[in-house]
Amino acid sequence: MTKTTGSKAYLKTLEREGVTHIFGITGAALIPICDDLLESKIRYVPGVHEQGSAHMADGYARVAGKPGVVQVTSGPGATNIVTGVATAQLDSSPLVAFTGQVPMSMVGTDAFQEVDIIGVTASITKWNYQVRDPAMIPWAVKAGMHISNTGRKGAVLIDLPKNVTTEEAEFDYDVKVELEGYKPVIEPLAREVDTAVQVLLGAKKPVIIAGGGVVASGAGKELTELAELLMAPTATSLMGKGAISSSHPLSLGICGMHGRHEANFMVPDSDVLLVVGSRFSDRTTGSLGGFAPNAKIVHIDIDRSEVDKNVDSITRVIGDARHVLDALIKRIKVERLKPNGWHKRITEFKQYCEPFDYGTDISTPNIMRAIREALPSNGIVTTDVGQHQMFAALHYDVLEPGTFLTSGGLGTMGWGLPAAIGAKAAKPECKVLSVCGDGGFHMTENNLTVAVDEDFPIVVVVLNNRLLGMVAQWQRLFMDGRMAAVAREYSVDYTELSKTYGAHAVRTESMDVFRSELRRAVDADYTTVIEVPIDPNENVYPMIPPGMGLKDILTDE
Amino acid sequence: MIMSLNVVSFLVENKPGVLFNISNTIRRKNFNIHSITAIAGEHEDTTRITITSKADAHEIDKLVEQMSKMVDIIRVKRLDPLRTIQRDMALVKLHTADPMAQEEALAIINKYKGLILDIKPDTVIAQITGSVNEVTDFHKEVTYIGIIESARTGITAIEKGWVTLMEK
Repeated sequence: MTKTTGSKAYLKTLEREGVTHIFGITGAALIPICDDLLESKIRYVPGVHEQGSAHMADGYARVAGKPGVVQVTSGPGATNIVTGVATAQLDSSPLVAFTGQVPMSMVGTDAFQEVDIIGVTASITKWNYQVRDPAMIPWAVKAGMHISNTGRKGAVLIDLPKNVTTEEAEFDYDVKVELEGYKPVIEPLAREVDTAVQVLLGAKKPVIIAGGGVVASGAGKELTELAELLMAPTATSLMGKGAISSSHPLSLGICGMHGRHEANFMVPDSDVLLVVGSRFSDRTTGSLGGFAPNAKIVHIDIDRSEVDKNVDSITRVIGDARHVLDALIKRIKVERLKPNGWHKRITEFKQYCEPFDYGTDISTPNIMRAIREALPSNGIVTTDVGQHQMFAALHYDVLEPGTFLTSGGLGTMGWGLPAAIGAKAAKPECKVLSVCGDGGFHMTENNLTVAVDEDFPIVVVVLNNRLLGMVAQWQRLFMDGRMAAVAREYSVDYTELSKTYGAHAVRTESMDVFRSELRRAVDADYTTVIEVPIDPNENVYPMIPPGMGLKDILTDE
Repeated sequence: MIMSLNVVSFLVENKPGVLFNISNTIRRKNFNIHSITAIAGEHEDTTRITITSKADAHEIDKLVEQMSKMVDIIRVKRLDPLRTIQRDMALVKLHTADPMAQEEALAIINKYKGLILDIKPDTVIAQITGSVNEVTDFHKEVTYIGIIESARTGITAIEKGWVTLMEK
């Protein structure tokens, strides 16, 4: 066995683990690693602010189906990724963060650029670990990659004191990673499947809610098949959007605070509610009293601690969504369901929900439709956070699972643009578009530099209402219209600013111009920003006021 | 008043930060710890931790599920109160300058089957072991004599019969 430095061992292990990109910013504690990166096959993508780099790695992870890696220096470099780590963790995205650290001899002395990042990130990571011995590097890196991307995926942070990267040790890639306390359940127990099948077969009015777990496990096909077998209309949470194609007749769209009428009426009317890979977020359920009061809830989740956490279920199946759905399908195919009036009621109800009147003027819903028309079915959309995100959830049809990326759990403004860059890095063959508001765009727009100079051509649509629109909507609806802290009448010109970064940029208020610019941008091999000034008084409907039940829907009438 | 406490036992990797992660999760989920004990286990690479809380069993069970997810926790379990033996220990330093006080102190220590670890002309140190209620009662009974200082270990616990922490 050969001796090698911790830094080289770290990069060799990452290479053998299949890492293709490292997003990050260097610093004093990372000098040895970045020096060795010059000889590595891994592509280093230098960022402009660590938060953006973390979001890039997160976007990469959600598209690639393997961990995204962000690497930042100690102290401020490490604290700057905290938002990115929390965003990934809340959305169960396999992000692996490596932070530089002062040498072990100086840890605990408040040395220059020292911060206790292990303590800081303890409650926002699935696992974190400080490597104190260079011989442990292959083990730590392999364990981190394994933990982040198995079971319920999540964020991992590994802290690398500088001396550990410079000291030499035996390099053993084949070291076994045995974690006695970490044994994720993938295959469901037969008896749990049996009970679930009995409940499902007894259903007269079954409804499915699909969450992010369906997308994460790549179970879109199985979910759709089960929905068809059960004749169960299928709603999704925000994170589950795309689990079933929006064009499928059984698709109800998203349910919850800004859910569609169909979903928010069918869910409470169900007698059996099958919830797959969703954690019953308050934004999905509304008030718990109005959430499926008469339904027997069957909960499928890979994370046992989510069962009965917010909503009590009658039975549960623990395991990976794809494996569980597969097991259910096999059983239900044999035992077959009797047809009943439920399917007819769904069709009637969908007809009763009048189709949305898009009109011809430029508006956020129309822009979402135009984006759908311009992108191929495997085109990837990332959203930012706020009104446009809910408009996208309502009016952008997702045709393939995993092509709609959003910050659902943490709701991180500024996430969309850098995440789109990461998505493009993971799948350069796919068109990637980020839709954002002016508020979120302005938080991380400096990442356009990375899109342009590192050649990750993306399309960015900035919907500019010169307001923090979602908060403004709450103020209009619940605060007597008192507008506090939401106005953004800045003198900055986002189109000119984008040009300064080297992007092609255009501003338009015409729907026709928007469509043609968008088509050109999607076909182009360079980054384009399209800014659209929109009505600052636009509200996103339907909406369930916070604390109300699923049927207490506000509309604009 | 008889205190009803739920006992949660952990077997964890003996690594830096594990105890911090456990107490941090308990804080984050808004629980109060009544007592906590921790010591390296039979094997040096594991630590056994015993935590007690006044929270109700249902809430504790949810917490246990959260805890089982943590990578460094090998096993965590709420012990069955009907078959769990709990013990608490206190070292109690009493003010016994008055000869009568000393005599009464020794009598109470004997009544609680305590050990006398040290006698000085004006102080006595007693070791009291028993259920958490017995140890609390001892403190109440010697209050009038005068407690200078008391150090309690907190509860440690084990289940009766062949049941062990590692058994599913």
